[in-house]
Amino acid sequence: MFRYAIRRLLFAIPTLLVISFIIFALLDLAPSDPTAQLPLTIPEEVREMIKLSLGLGEPFHIRYLRWLEQFLVNEPLNLIEQFWGIEIGNSEDRLRVRSWSTRAPVVDLIAARLPQTLSVVGVSYIVAILIAVPIGVISAYKQYSIFDQVGTFISMIGFSVPTFFTGTVMIVIFSVVLGWLPSIYDTTLEVRDYDSFVAQFKQMIMPVMVLGLFNAAQLSRFMRSSMLDNLNQEYVRTARSKGMGEPVVILIHVLRNSMIPVVTVIALGLPTTFAGAIITEQIFRINGVGQLLIGAIEGADIPTVQTVTFIFAVLIVVFNLIADLLYGMLDPRIRYD
Amino acid sequence: MTMRSVSTTGPKILEVTDLKTVFGTRDGAVHAVNGVSFHLREGELLGIVGESGSGKSVTMMSLLKLVPMPPAEITSGRVMFSARDLLSLSPGEIRKVRGGEIGFIFQDPMTSLNPVFTVGFQLMEPLRKHMGLSKAEAREKAASLLALVGIPSPADRLDDFPHQFSGGMRQRVMIAIALACDPKLLIADEPTTALDVTIQAQILELVRGLRRELGMSMIWITHDLGVVAGIADRVAVMYGGLIVEHAAVEDLYASPKHPYTHALLQTLPSLDSERAEKLQSISGQPPSLDAEPTTCPFAPRCEFAFERCFRENPAIRSTNGGWAEDRVSHDVACWWDIEKGAPRDDG
Ligand SMILES: Nc1ncnc2c1ncn2[C@@H]1O[C@H](COP(=O)(O)OP(=O)(O)OP(=O)(O)O)[C@@H](O)[C@H]1O
Ligand SMILES: [Mg+2]
Repeated sequence: MFRYAIRRLLFAIPTLLVISFIIFALLDLAPSDPTAQLPLTIPEEVREMIKLSLGLGEPFHIRYLRWLEQFLVNEPLNLIEQFWGIEIGNSEDRLRVRSWSTRAPVVDLIAARLPQTLSVVGVSYIVAILIAVPIGVISAYKQYSIFDQVGTFISMIGFSVPTFFTGTVMIVIFSVVLGWLPSIYDTTLEVRDYDSFVAQFKQMIMPVMVLGLFNAAQLSRFMRSSMLDNLNQEYVRTARSKGMGEPVVILIHVLRNSMIPVVTVIALGLPTTFAGAIITEQIFRINGVGQLLIGAIEGADIPTVQTVTFIFAVLIVVFNLIADLLYGMLDPRIRYD
Repeated sequence: MTMRSVSTTGPKILEVTDLKTVFGTRDGAVHAVNGVSFHLREGELLGIVGESGSGKSVTMMSLLKLVPMPPAEITSGRVMFSARDLLSLSPGEIRKVRGGEIGFIFQDPMTSLNPVFTVGFQLMEPLRKHMGLSKAEAREKAASLLALVGIPSPADRLDDFPHQFSGGMRQRVMIAIALACDPKLLIADEPTTALDVTIQAQILELVRGLRRELGMSMIWITHDLGVVAGIADRVAVMYGGLIVEHAAVEDLYASPKHPYTHALLQTLPSLDSERAEKLQSISGQPPSLDAEPTTCPFAPRCEFAFERCFRENPAIRSTNGGWAEDRVSHDVACWWDIEKGAPRDDG
């Protein structure tokens, strides 16, 4: 298992290098001009100098290698330094991936936005799992019951209606008409006391619910069909023939087997949810990583777009590996190496 | 062959009367069991034979309400076991009987064990539930059960998962689970069908030995009359959800009375006749089960069928004067008397 994990990790390195190259190349080829947003009064020579100062004078492969070095070597070193408070080499001279529009290091920008995204995405994903698993279990156990049919109907709506629609409807109902919840997410809010906690809780309800219910709709379907697959297995009859009660049969024998594919789906779905949160962040004006990405795309801030996109790619590769390893841990029949 | 414990006087451990089970499916009702009655005395082994779909498994699972309800419904019947009707027990009470007093062995050992739990866990579950053993006691008992069914180094194998066992070894594990709480009755549903011939023989030998040792009553379901001949005391033949013939093993083989049994015996390969001719299966379709039979369900495939068979369904009745102290009743549900070559005379 351990050796398998190491091997998979080593495999991930060339994969990610290829991905990084594609992302870098695609965005570099895109016709974008970092000076396009500047006032027209700025003369052409100055514009050229600005471009040179951004490193655009260099040939493509040099810029790619430089970005790679900055992102894969310099930034991790910075993180290590910050975390343990030590200094490795000459940290002042180390070049960082910088945003073209703000000149701030992209990684710092991401770090500042990450907590918002993480709290909304993370909490919504946990909410989704907590809703989806029991609903899936009950729907399967009581197949074709009223509960199952209502659940099927709601989850059909849940994953066929996009989040920008449900989000807007929720804002109209709960913020505009009822006035119960704020429609704009205040990123500067700090939880210090009970009141600020309530405020934070209130502003998280809608984005978490919109994202959470969307994911719960899909996950509960998955859970249900996995449970149904297993409920018809012969080992279930064996467990009953031993005199085991229904809670033991369902929640130990069947659930344990049904969770194997579901856990994989949960792990694989997490990076997708991160990417999907971009829309939710737009709707609720959450100043998160998604907003950063959207802003960077609009402002032709290529380094920021490259870096954020690449981080998404890393997440997908890493969670694929995690899903594989979890599968092996949950299913004793799978043995690596 | 082996010891026969045909007991015509011992106490009845199980008495099933007029059992009917219907499945309500989306394509209509399936009348899988249509009024089955039989009994079992202490220490006896009753064989149940019949082709696929004849209702053998559903009958046995209905006894303990192990059929999935819904879609199944047990529409009539009484199952007297230890002086109470199993069909009218509460769910909690019937769970004490399952595994505690009646053990079940299923056909396919590859799928009957839960793949994600160790064999020890699955074996200790009933021990802890029915016998109230502590974890350590259950483990010790589990190891001794594995030893009983002939699994080498049993204590070490408790922590193995089912996929680490061969098919025959898994069936031994299933037998150990069924025997775990010293049941009074063991129901084996085609326990050797999924195994290859040499392993089959080993399992049969194991069961014979266990019966001798533990003196259990058993019901053994199979579609192989050859297997039944080797181990059973009495045999019931099922067709279309009904018992169509019942007799002591020797009687059944010596003088089968139902045309279906007749045909079944002819499909058995035997040494003293031309093999090629005899190795054919019975031609025709199995009966449709969409309604309770009102005519003989075997009539369309029967070489002896005559007009009455398509009009009335014969009730099962004794052909040798019924049970007596030294006699097993030989029952048949058929209008035709093969030996006489004429319709059976009756009222
Ligand atoms: N869950 C179910 N839903 C609908 N019909 C069922 C169900 N289970 C069994 N049946 C039907 O009941 C009838 C009897 O099936 P049963 O399993 O008892 O046959 P069997 O004699 O055990 O056959 P086999 O030798 O193949 O095991 C069959 O026609 C089958 O299609
Ligand atoms: Mg069967």
